[in-house]
Amino acid sequence: MQVDLRILRFDPERDAAPHWESYRVEAEPMDRVLNLLTTVKAEQDGTLTFRRSCAHGICGSDAMLINGRNRLACKIRVDQLGKKITVAPLTGLPVVKDLVVDMDTFFSKYRSVMPFLIADSPAPERERRQSQADRARYDDTTKCILCAACTTACPSFWAQPSYVGPAAIVNAHRFIFDSRDDAGDERLEILADKDGVWRCRTIFNCVDACPRGINITRAILEVSRAVVERSV
Amino acid sequence: MRIDHDALVIGAGGAGLWAALELARAGVSTGVLTKLYPTRSHTGAAQGGVCAALGNQEEDHWEWHMFDTVKGGDYLVDQDAAEVLAHEAIETVIELEHMGLPFNRTPDGKIDQRRFGGHTRNFGEGPIKRACFAADRTGHMILQTLYQSCIKAGVQFYDEYHVVDLLFEGGEGGDGGRAAGVVAYRIADGELHTFGAKAVLLATGGNGRMFSITSNAHSLTGDGMSLVYRHGIPLEDMEFYQFHPTGIYGIGILLSEAARGEGGTLLNADGERFMSRYAPKAMELAPRDMVSRAIYLEIRDGRGAGPKKDYVYLDVRHLGRAVIEEKLPDITEFARVYLGVEPLTEPVPIQPTAHYAMGGIPTDLRTRVVRDEANTVVEGLFAAGEAACVSVHGANRLGTNSLVDLLVFGRRAGREMAAYCRAAEAPSIAADVEEPVRSELEALRTRPEGESPSALKAELATLMMDNVGVFRTAKMMATAVAGVAAIKDRYTRVRVRDTGRIFNTDLLEARELGYLIDGAEAMASSAIARTESRGAHSRDDYPERDDVNFLAHTLAYRGEAGPSLRYKPVTITRFEPKPRTY
Repeated sequence: MQVDLRILRFDPERDAAPHWESYRVEAEPMDRVLNLLTTVKAEQDGTLTFRRSCAHGICGSDAMLINGRNRLACKIRVDQLGKKITVAPLTGLPVVKDLVVDMDTFFSKYRSVMPFLIADSPAPERERRQSQADRARYDDTTKCILCAACTTACPSFWAQPSYVGPAAIVNAHRFIFDSRDDAGDERLEILADKDGVWRCRTIFNCVDACPRGINITRAILEVSRAVVERSV
Repeated sequence: MRIDHDALVIGAGGAGLWAALELARAGVSTGVLTKLYPTRSHTGAAQGGVCAALGNQEEDHWEWHMFDTVKGGDYLVDQDAAEVLAHEAIETVIELEHMGLPFNRTPDGKIDQRRFGGHTRNFGEGPIKRACFAADRTGHMILQTLYQSCIKAGVQFYDEYHVVDLLFEGGEGGDGGRAAGVVAYRIADGELHTFGAKAVLLATGGNGRMFSITSNAHSLTGDGMSLVYRHGIPLEDMEFYQFHPTGIYGIGILLSEAARGEGGTLLNADGERFMSRYAPKAMELAPRDMVSRAIYLEIRDGRGAGPKKDYVYLDVRHLGRAVIEEKLPDITEFARVYLGVEPLTEPVPIQPTAHYAMGGIPTDLRTRVVRDEANTVVEGLFAAGEAACVSVHGANRLGTNSLVDLLVFGRRAGREMAAYCRAAEAPSIAADVEEPVRSELEALRTRPEGESPSALKAELATLMMDNVGVFRTAKMMATAVAGVAAIKDRYTRVRVRDTGRIFNTDLLEARELGYLIDGAEAMASSAIARTESRGAHSRDDYPERDDVNFLAHTLAYRGEAGPSLRYKPVTITRFEPKPRTY
């Protein structure tokens, strides 16, 4: 089948502003958008620029705005999108070139929530024990691949770029609810800030955007509840 | 621009991150360079588990793990290295748990373990639960946990810096020179940077992108292997390349061996569990080279499924919804997304997929790069993980041992480099070291005419898939040797379409194609010269293993008229070579 692919292009060395370019690509229904981008780059325009690596939804390189929703280009198929497909960079992060955005602020927000295990007790000789129920408590938020699809789909983040954003809260959740961790209070303190959890308006865009199926809004609500319980 | 550190780590997958962590803990000034962001590294794609003889589910001993590794590798494994691997696997897995890795748990709260191909109790008696796992995203959790630990330790990252050359002092790396740093291309703006250092670790991963059907990320182009090869250091055992049995049909995305570890079966077009013909005892849990060959033979003999009769099935239906959703959620989703197949109710079409380089940059047990059959050390240069060949995998790697390898030897690399940096003087670097690579990149960018690198890359991938795959013949390998030489020649005339400076992926992909060609050249030449069948190297004209002539590692040195080959002996300590049956 023929697909009409429109891509928002921007080359800072040539263009004053982003502009749409159209491409006609021969595709199979099971092809992913990444296949289409690769075909355009190989056969029509070698300057088309996008990040990609694993090509199967694990590395998080190729999140972009596809037909108006944040998706991984390697995971969304032509048969899910139809014959007219538009692709643009993630919203709310500076565009470097074409579909490549500057991820630095995204990763600094991630680092700000102390995304690492802090255990006060000395490590035992063998593993720290954890019950299956305690392990299940934070299972969902261990799936995050830091693709930024959730944060850049969030209207609260668009409105207030200093908001720490759903991805950082997801990664804080992963440690706050880990029975082996002792620094939950410090993270809750960080997230109780004006740019923390209270900026969430439960719009659920993040849940729609997450390619890993994480229930992000629920994770944010659990963190919010913990912040409240801590301050009472 | 010039930046100096005591240590440089090239690549931010599992091996690189653990090395960086050790260096940071030791207080050594370290820079980690990655052409991606660290969390994009392909360690994150590993699914099924990481083996360590913890004995949490049943009695186990590291000596059993060592034996399985040696036998699985068809006795080409260096047994002193296998001993280190199996022994240190236990403490590295425990340390990962202490860092926070969310392993699945047993009912009493210990790390859960499951079966994996080729891993046995009591030196081959029967399958054992040795693979520690976090659902079917063990690699993802290892990558995340190590990155988190690096952030905690304050490791300095240079994200999206593409290393394009290695620097040596006092001669070439292959000729007595000492590592002095690297030249890196900053992707954001196209600037070259010279990084000076006493110690350089190559943890750049594999080169599966030289094949058309592969489980490997686009980024896996063998950069580190190629860079040492260009500086006169040989590549070891490149003919041993693993084809994983269960790639998604037509695409190659991996469906983890964990599916078979949990009880999944392989069926041909007639619905028959064909492994009974090839490995009656181990069945689907035979080592990967044997299972891939079995699939190849089923298809060759007309028992493949589908309109072209060119695939077989992985069947997990009988495992039930609970096991599939709790222990195999990701691979179930892969089948749904990429094939439109529902594994709960349908068998999944699969075919062997290019997966893992057993060979690579030769190192000793201390991860120091060595350059000849006498194991002469290249001072200041280290390698670990898939890029390296220590050699713990020999002629065929067992499932999960890639993760064990990068953890054990990544950790060793960091410790070794820290000790080396304390004693070594900073090297001196000449002023014009960026010049050779600057001219090469400029030529790619500014040549007025030339063919497209992407078309040439596709040709290389088809050539290698068709001729240096699961089964090989002298004729096929000769076709590959000649074909790679022709592609190498045409490569000198390719031209990229993007002439810009900012985020020029077109230019870097062309550069990466050069690395793939080097790897393919070493692989095809090493393969045709090995006139025996061993592990993953299987040829119809020499169907038997030949320990008299080929119980030896191949060393391929770059040469103007093609690689020259030398051989070095295999280290055998505990286990004398025996016929390999499962």
